[in-house]
Amino acid sequence: MAGLSLARPVEFRHESVRRASDLVADGAGLSTDRTLPVLPELRRLMPGGLRRGSTVAVAPSPDPGCGGTTSLLLSLLSAASAAGSWCAVVGLPTLGMAAAAELGIVLERFALVPHPGPQWATVAGALLDGFDVVVVAPPGPVAPTVRGQLAARARQRGSVLVPFCGPGRTWDGADLTLSLVDGAWQGLGPGRGRLLGRELSISASGRGAAARPRRATVWLPATAGLAATLYGKVSAEVSPPPAVPGHSDTPVRRLHLV
Amino acid sequence: MRDTLRTMLVWCPDWPVIAADLIDGVPADRPVAVLHANRVVASSAAARAEGVRRGLRKREAQARCPQLIAVDYDPVRDVRAFEPVLAAVEEVAASVAVLRAGVCAFAARGPARYHGGEEAAAERIIEQVAQECRVEAQIGVADGTFAALLAARMGRVVPPGRTPEFLAGMPVGTLDRPQLAGLLRRLGITTLGAFAALPPSDVLARFGLDAALAQHLAAGRDDRPLAVRQAPPDLEVDERFDEPVNRVDTAAFAARALAERLHERLAGYGMACTRLAIAAVTADGRELHRVWRHDGILTAGGIADRTRWQLEGWITRRQLGPGPSRHATTHDRPDQGIVALRLIPDGLVRQVGLQAGLWGDPGVERDRAHRALHRVQGILGPEAVVTAVLGGGRDPREQATLVPWGDERIAARPAGPWPGRLPPPSPAVVLDQPQPARLLDAYGQLVGVSARLELTAEPDRLVLERGAVEVVGWAGPWPVDEQWWDSRRAVRAVRLQVLLADGRALLLTLSAAEWTITLHFD
Repeated sequence: MAGLSLARPVEFRHESVRRASDLVADGAGLSTDRTLPVLPELRRLMPGGLRRGSTVAVAPSPDPGCGGTTSLLLSLLSAASAAGSWCAVVGLPTLGMAAAAELGIVLERFALVPHPGPQWATVAGALLDGFDVVVVAPPGPVAPTVRGQLAARARQRGSVLVPFCGPGRTWDGADLTLSLVDGAWQGLGPGRGRLLGRELSISASGRGAAARPRRATVWLPATAGLAATLYGKVSAEVSPPPAVPGHSDTPVRRLHLV
Repeated sequence: MRDTLRTMLVWCPDWPVIAADLIDGVPADRPVAVLHANRVVASSAAARAEGVRRGLRKREAQARCPQLIAVDYDPVRDVRAFEPVLAAVEEVAASVAVLRAGVCAFAARGPARYHGGEEAAAERIIEQVAQECRVEAQIGVADGTFAALLAARMGRVVPPGRTPEFLAGMPVGTLDRPQLAGLLRRLGITTLGAFAALPPSDVLARFGLDAALAQHLAAGRDDRPLAVRQAPPDLEVDERFDEPVNRVDTAAFAARALAERLHERLAGYGMACTRLAIAAVTADGRELHRVWRHDGILTAGGIADRTRWQLEGWITRRQLGPGPSRHATTHDRPDQGIVALRLIPDGLVRQVGLQAGLWGDPGVERDRAHRALHRVQGILGPEAVVTAVLGGGRDPREQATLVPWGDERIAARPAGPWPGRLPPPSPAVVLDQPQPARLLDAYGQLVGVSARLELTAEPDRLVLERGAVEVVGWAGPWPVDEQWWDSRRAVRAVRLQVLLADGRALLLTLSAAEWTITLHFD
C-alpha cells in the first residue's frame, strides 16, 4: 500500500489509505476514477455516473399514486454496490431487502440504520466518513445549515450523499435531483399474468453541467423491458378481458411458447 | 529396551453411569444402563445385581431388570464429567495422561516420594477425588499402564518387578481383544502367562502385529509412554470491583481494562476469539450473562466495545426499570450495581496474522466502513445498525433476516426451495404494520376465497382509509399454510397481487376473513 499511496496526488497523502474501489477500474477509462458506476439505463441521466463528493437527491413524483421512488433509489445504488462500494441507508425502516438483492445490491456491503431518531444527521455524518454512498431519509423538514454540513462532509470525504425525500419535500442545493415523472406497471391484467416490471419516466435536473433537464425512460427490472420489446407491451389498460375465466396465466404461457 | 514405567492409574468404575449421574442427574444408585446402538455399554451396580451385563440388548436387559433406567451413551458427556476429576488428580500428581473417560494415569514416582510410599499416595488421591468431586475411584500401581489398569480393577499395588507374575494368572480376556482371546482359548491358552511364554517370533508370524503387541503387554513389558495431557489454559479474565459499578463511564473504563487483559492473554497463546461471553454479578446477587457473536475475529477494541455496550445496557435498563421480580425495592437501593465481571472467550481460533489481499486491498475499505459503523453503534447502541441476510421463505418479509452489524450473518430460514413463494419482482416497501383494507367485488360484497382456493368474485375496488380505488389487475391467490403444527406460529393466508387504477401495485393478504395491505411494490 505504501508504494501505491506515494503515487497518489498530494491531497490524498494525509489520508494514508484509499478506498479500495478507487483502485478498481470500472472499465470506462481513467476519467471515471472519481465516479461510481451506475446502471446503463441511468447513464443517460448522469453521464459520468455517481460523482464522488456530490449530492444526488431522489424525489418522488408529484402525483401521489405514482410509486417507484424506492425502486429508483435501489437501482441507483445497485451498480456501485456490485462494483465493490459500501452503501448505507439511514432512516428507511420499510426498505424491502429481498427487492434490494434482486435489483443487484450486495447485502454484505449494505448497512441499515432503520431508526436513527433525532440524531439522524450525526449518524449520517459519521457514515459519510466510511461509506461510499449514504442514503438519508430525514424524518421531517431539514434546516439549510444541516443540508450544507452534510453536503460539505460528503465533498470532503469523497462520498456520495443521496437524500431520499418524502412526498411533497425537496432537498434544495443538491447537485442533481432525480424525480419520477410517471410510472406504469406491466404484466398484470384482471385475473391474468403477474407483475413483471415497470416503465419509469425519470427527469434529472440540477446545477452546473446538469442544469439542462434530461429525461429518460427506464425499465425496472431491466429484464422486464427486454420482455416487453420482444413480445409487445402487455399493458393493463389495453389488455382484453379473459375469454375463458380461470385461464389465469395466458401472457406468461405465451412467452414460454415463443 | 526401555524400562517399563512405574505407573499409577486412577479408574472410576462404571464411568458412563457416574457421568450421567453428575451431568444429567440420573440416580446412579438405582439400576441404570448406558446403551449405545441398542447394546448395554455400562451399567450401575444395582443393575448388575439384577443380571444386566455389558453387550446385552436393551430388551434383554429390561427383561432381566424391568425398572432399568436406560440412558443413551454420550462420549462428550463422559469427557465433560471427567474434567473435574482430572483437575482434582492434577492437584496431587503432575503430568496426568487421560487413557479414556474415567481412566487416567501418571508416573507413580513423584507422588510416591512426596507422600512417602505408593499406598499413602494412592490413599491421598482417592481421598482427594472423593472430596472434590464426590466420585469413587480405585487406584492401581504396577509397571506399565496395562498392568496398572488390571491392578486398579482389583485396587492393588503390585510391588516393583513383580508385574509379570501378577499378570501371569490373568485370563486372556483381559487383553480387551475378543477375537484374539477366543482364538487363544481354542488353542488351550487361557492365561496371560501361557500367552507370554509362546515364542514371540511365532506369535508375530501367526497372529500379526497386534497380537505381538498384546503379547508384549501380557509379558509385563508395557513400555508405551504416557501421552501427557496439556491442561487447557485458563483464558477467562475477571475483575471484582470494590465499589459496585453503577455509572456508565466507570463501566466503560472497567470494560476497556478488562478487554485489554483478555486480548493480551489470548494473544499470548496465539489465539483469537470469535464469540465473547460476558457475565456479571450484581450487588443484589443476580447473575447476568450474554454471548456476543461476531462475524470475524474480535480485536481488543471490539471486545472493549461489546463489553461496554453490554454494561451500559445492563446499567441503564436497571435505572429505567427495576427487575421484574422485585419491584421498587431494587430500584431505590443505592448499593445496586455490578460487583464482578467476567469475560469468557469462545469460538477460539488460531490467530494467523493478517493476510493482505492480492489485488488492491479490500480490507482497507472494509475497515473504514466498520469504523464508521462502530461510531454509529456507539451513538445509537449496537442493535441500531443492521444488515440483511437473504434466506428462504414464502413471503418477502421473511426472506431477509436483519442481524445487528458485526454479528454472525445467519439467515433465519434456509435457502432451499420454497414452493408457493411469490415470484419476483419483490416489493421494495415492507410495511411495519399491515394496513387494513377491504377488497370488494362489483356488487359491493367482500371478495373471499373458496375451499378450492379460488376467488369467490372478481375484485372491483379496494376500500382504503381515504376512499375506494378501482382495481385494474390482480394475480393470485397464492395460498400459504405454514407451521400448522404449531398453533402459536401457524400462518394460514392467501396473497394477492393487485394493481390499482392510480398506478399503485400492492400485495394483499387475506387471513381470518380480513384483507390487509402488507407490502407495497414501490
